[in-house]
Formats: sequence, C-alpha cells, structure tokens
Amino acid sequence: MEFFLESILNGICMGSIYGLTALGLTVIFGVLKVINFAHGSLIMVSMYVAYWAIIYTGVHPYVALIIVVPVMYFFGYYLQDIVIKPIFKAEKDVREPITVIIVTTGVWYILDNLTLLIFGPQYRGIQNNPLRGKMLDIGNMLISVPKLWGFVTAVITAAAVYWFLQKTRTGRAIRATSLDREAASLMGINQFKIYNIAFGIGTAIVGISAVTLVPFYNIFPSVGVLFDIKGFIIVVLGGLGSIGGAIIGGIIIGLIESIAPMFMTATWAEAIVYGLFLVVLFVKPSGLFGVKYDW
Amino acid sequence: MSFLEVKNIDVFYGDVQVIFDLSLEVMEGEVVSIIGGNGAGKSTLLKTISGLINPAKGEIVFEHAPIQTAPPEEIVERGIIQVPEGRRLFTLMSVKDNLIIGAYNSRAEKNVAETMEDVYSLLPKLKERESQLAMTLSGGEQQMVAVGRGLMARPKLLMLDEPSLGLAPILIKDIFRTVREIANQGTTVLLVEQDVKHSLSLSDRGYVLEHGRIAMEGPADKLLDDPHIKTAYLGL
Ligand SMILES: Nc1ncnc2c1ncn2[C@@H]1O[C@H](COP(=O)(O)OP(=O)(O)OP(=O)(O)O)[C@@H](O)[C@H]1O
Ligand SMILES: [Mg+2]
Repeated sequence: MEFFLESILNGICMGSIYGLTALGLTVIFGVLKVINFAHGSLIMVSMYVAYWAIIYTGVHPYVALIIVVPVMYFFGYYLQDIVIKPIFKAEKDVREPITVIIVTTGVWYILDNLTLLIFGPQYRGIQNNPLRGKMLDIGNMLISVPKLWGFVTAVITAAAVYWFLQKTRTGRAIRATSLDREAASLMGINQFKIYNIAFGIGTAIVGISAVTLVPFYNIFPSVGVLFDIKGFIIVVLGGLGSIGGAIIGGIIIGLIESIAPMFMTATWAEAIVYGLFLVVLFVKPSGLFGVKYDW
Repeated sequence: MSFLEVKNIDVFYGDVQVIFDLSLEVMEGEVVSIIGGNGAGKSTLLKTISGLINPAKGEIVFEHAPIQTAPPEEIVERGIIQVPEGRRLFTLMSVKDNLIIGAYNSRAEKNVAETMEDVYSLLPKLKERESQLAMTLSGGEQQMVAVGRGLMARPKLLMLDEPSLGLAPILIKDIFRTVREIANQGTTVLLVEQDVKHSLSLSDRGYVLEHGRIAMEGPADKLLDDPHIKTAYLGL
C-alpha cells in the first residue's frame, strides 16, 4: 500500500515536470497556431545551458534559473523573429502555414546536430549537486527530492504564467492575438511582436523545466526527443492552449508511467498513454480541459 | 480641408481586383456614410484604410501624412479606429478586458479609467455585464461592446463596418442613436452600412459604392431623395 502511494506521489512529481515542458509548447501554439517541432530541441538546448551554467558557477541548480530563463527567453524571441517570422509574413493569409512547420523541423535538425558536433554524443550529468539522489523519507515512503522541487516549480510557474496572461497589458495582448489576430491588429497590437514575445515566454518556460530536470537527469544531444512526443500528447490531452490542462495532462502521463509498471510490463504503460491519447482525440478533441472553441 | 483623403486607390485580393481607382474624403467633425450592396467592396475599403491590406496603387492621407503603407498598429496610433464587421470580439475574454484591450494604443492608455467612465455612461448596459465573457452576450450587447471597445481607443476617426448587421429593428434604432451621439461628442465618423435609410439620415454626406467604384456621392439628404437610390437601395 505504501509502495503504491509512493509511486503515485513520485508519478505526480515527475508528471508535473512533463507538464512544465508541455506548458512552453502550449503557450507557443496558443498564439502562433503552429506546432513547434523544434520543441524537443529547445528542451535540449535549455538543458545544456543549465548544465554549463551550474558547472561553471558551481551554484545550487535552481540558482541557475537567473541565467537560464533570460537566455532562453531571448533565444526563443530571436528564433521566432529571425527564422520563423519572415515565413509567417510570406504566408500571412494561410490558416495553418505548413512551411512554418517545415522550418521548425529544420531548426530541430540543426540544433540537435550542432549540439552533437560541439559537445559530442556522450552523456553528461551533474554529479555533485545538492539534489542528486536525495530522497525524502515520509513514513516508509521515499519521495525523490529533485522531483519534488520540480513539482513545486511547475505549480508556481503555471500560476505565474496564468497571472501574467490575465492581469498584464502584454498578457492581454497575447490572449487577444491568440483569439483573433486581425481584430488584435485593429486594437493597435503588433502581432509579429506578440509572436516573438510568446515564443520567448514559451522557450523560457522550457528553460525552467530544464533546470528542474538537470539535477537528476543526464543530458545528451537527442535528449529532447524523450520529451517532445510526450509534450505533444500532453498538450492535446490537456487541451490546446490550456495552462492548467498542460500541468494536469503531464501529471496524468506521469501517473500512468509510475503506476502501470506495477501491474504490467513497462511497454504496456506506453501503450496506455497512446491509447488514452487516441480516446481523448475521439471523444473530446478539444482536450480534457480545453474550451470547445475553434482557435 | 480634408481630414482623411483616399486618392485613386486600387485594391486586389491576389489577382482579383476589388476596388477600382477609388477616391473619397472625410472632413474633421463630419459623419460620412458609405453605402452599397453585398460584395461592393465596403469592408475591403475599411481594411485598406486600417492597413490590413495595402493598396496596389494610390494614396491614403490622414492629417497630412501618407499612411497607405503603414502597418495596422501605426494607423491605430494615429487615431483611425475600426469597429469591424461581425463585431470580432475577443470571445473568451470578459467585457471589461475587451474594453481595456481597446485602449492598447499609447494615446488611449494614459487615461483608461477616465475613458471607461465615458463609455459606461454612453452604454450603461456594459457596466452591468463587465465581468461576463463576451461570447455569452446577445448580439445587440456584443455590438455595443464592439462600439465601446472602439471608443476606448480614443479615436479621432471612428470607422464602423455595418454596426446594424444582424440586429432586430429596435436594436438597430439604438445603435444608430449611439453613433449619432458619438458624432455629437465631436468624433469624426465613417459609417459603412447597408441600412441606407438610417445611415444617411444621421450623416452629413454619403458615397454609394458599386462594384468597387464610387457610383454617386453628395450630401446625405440629396442622396436620400435620389431616384436611383430610392429604387436600388430603399425599395421604393
Ligand atoms: N479575403 C478575401 N479574399 C478574396 N476575395 C475577397 C476577400 N474578402 C473579400 N473578397 C471579395 O471582395 C469583394 C468585396 O468584398 P467586401 O467584403 O469588401 O464586400 P462588402 O461590400 O463589405 O460586402 P458585405 O456588405 O457583404 O459585407 C467580394 O467580391 C468578395 O468576395
Ligand atoms: Mg462587408
């Protein structure tokens, strides 16, 4: 029984970190309306940035947020501004600009291969950090401390993003643009600037998720692939553009991954994840928490 | 002297030309109607003035500055505000947030609270509904929000694209009364309408748009008495 509860708690913690990676994806999709196939690569780049920031400065992993968040914000901002925006402008009237998707796929390949070229294929981990391998012992249950930090970070980040979108001038402009681009332009909102900002914020969130991961997760050039498919599934499960939906969708995946192996082989757990994904697509395509609304 | 001047513009969607060598002008303080049937190019004209589409040829001058190549956000900054056809509210945002976002431009942003007071006194219904999601409002209320949102931008020139569209006759009276009141308070209004009788009776001047060309223009009362307009638009 305690073992079961322990799996649930660890599943929730790990799942909330998945949710955090998906939150970045959902913010970007909510505004640009294109699936960002470079998402996994952005996670990977963030993890390397976090890794080197922590190794060089020797600070507590979470202090590296001070570096990782602004670096990734500007990385995303200028990636959109320099690489994606020109294509967006050229295909202004296309509802789902397929070339933008192709470009994000190109960015994925370039970033992954560049990283391989620069850092090589080896696995890296931050061995000497105060969180690695730490367990919290509550009445015979062992909870992973770095994952617990991840859970707290995910909840705080989601709340902060929600607050930002609801209460600030830029947040309102982001919501307006995501609901109706043309009407937003008529309010005097520069939609391309909003795309840059949304891409920056989404990438900064990915940076936060990377900081939660590096204390206990090894990094290598293709590490993003482990998270990007999950990210897409979570975003659809939770509802495209839904902030709470991303975190809860992540937690659902985390729970399935931690509980299912107790009853079946681990490969079945993956089958359940994809099965649930398909069921949601059939029964409620807007996702569990998505609003029934044509974006 | 003209406040807004459109000079000989051609507008295309892809290869299809929709507006042909069109010119018109609006003086400061005037209410000008543009009337015409479905597909005449009325909305296209307003979109072009707003900078959503660029004209292939011609010039648009507002307060002495050419604006035909300016992006929409710059045109809003200059004070030309459009209330688009079909309201186009931010459906999943509250009425209040819709109004606040209307005041996004830098001129309007400095006195949001004050402007909102004015909008609420002109459209008291909106205050009652301020926390409701825009999508849950009735059509008439949505149109009021759209107009209120336009006013929040502190327009020098307010362009309204078929504000009476899809409203019951009694609400149509309301909306035109509101437009007249806005004009009386000193805002210049460019009104696009299919409801010829109501729009011309509150306007100073009018233009008739047919197949992307100005077919007729003149003082509103003259147009109302014109035999062509009587048969083609008023069904008399
Ligand atoms: N995005 C578009 N792409 C291609 N053609 C368009 C587009 N929008 C409008 N048109 C065409 O341009 C012409 C003028 O359309 P416009 O919307 O300006 O007419 P309108 O006078 O506003 O009509 P209504 O009173 O029905 O609103 C129409 O023939 C229409 O089919
Ligand atoms: Mg129209």
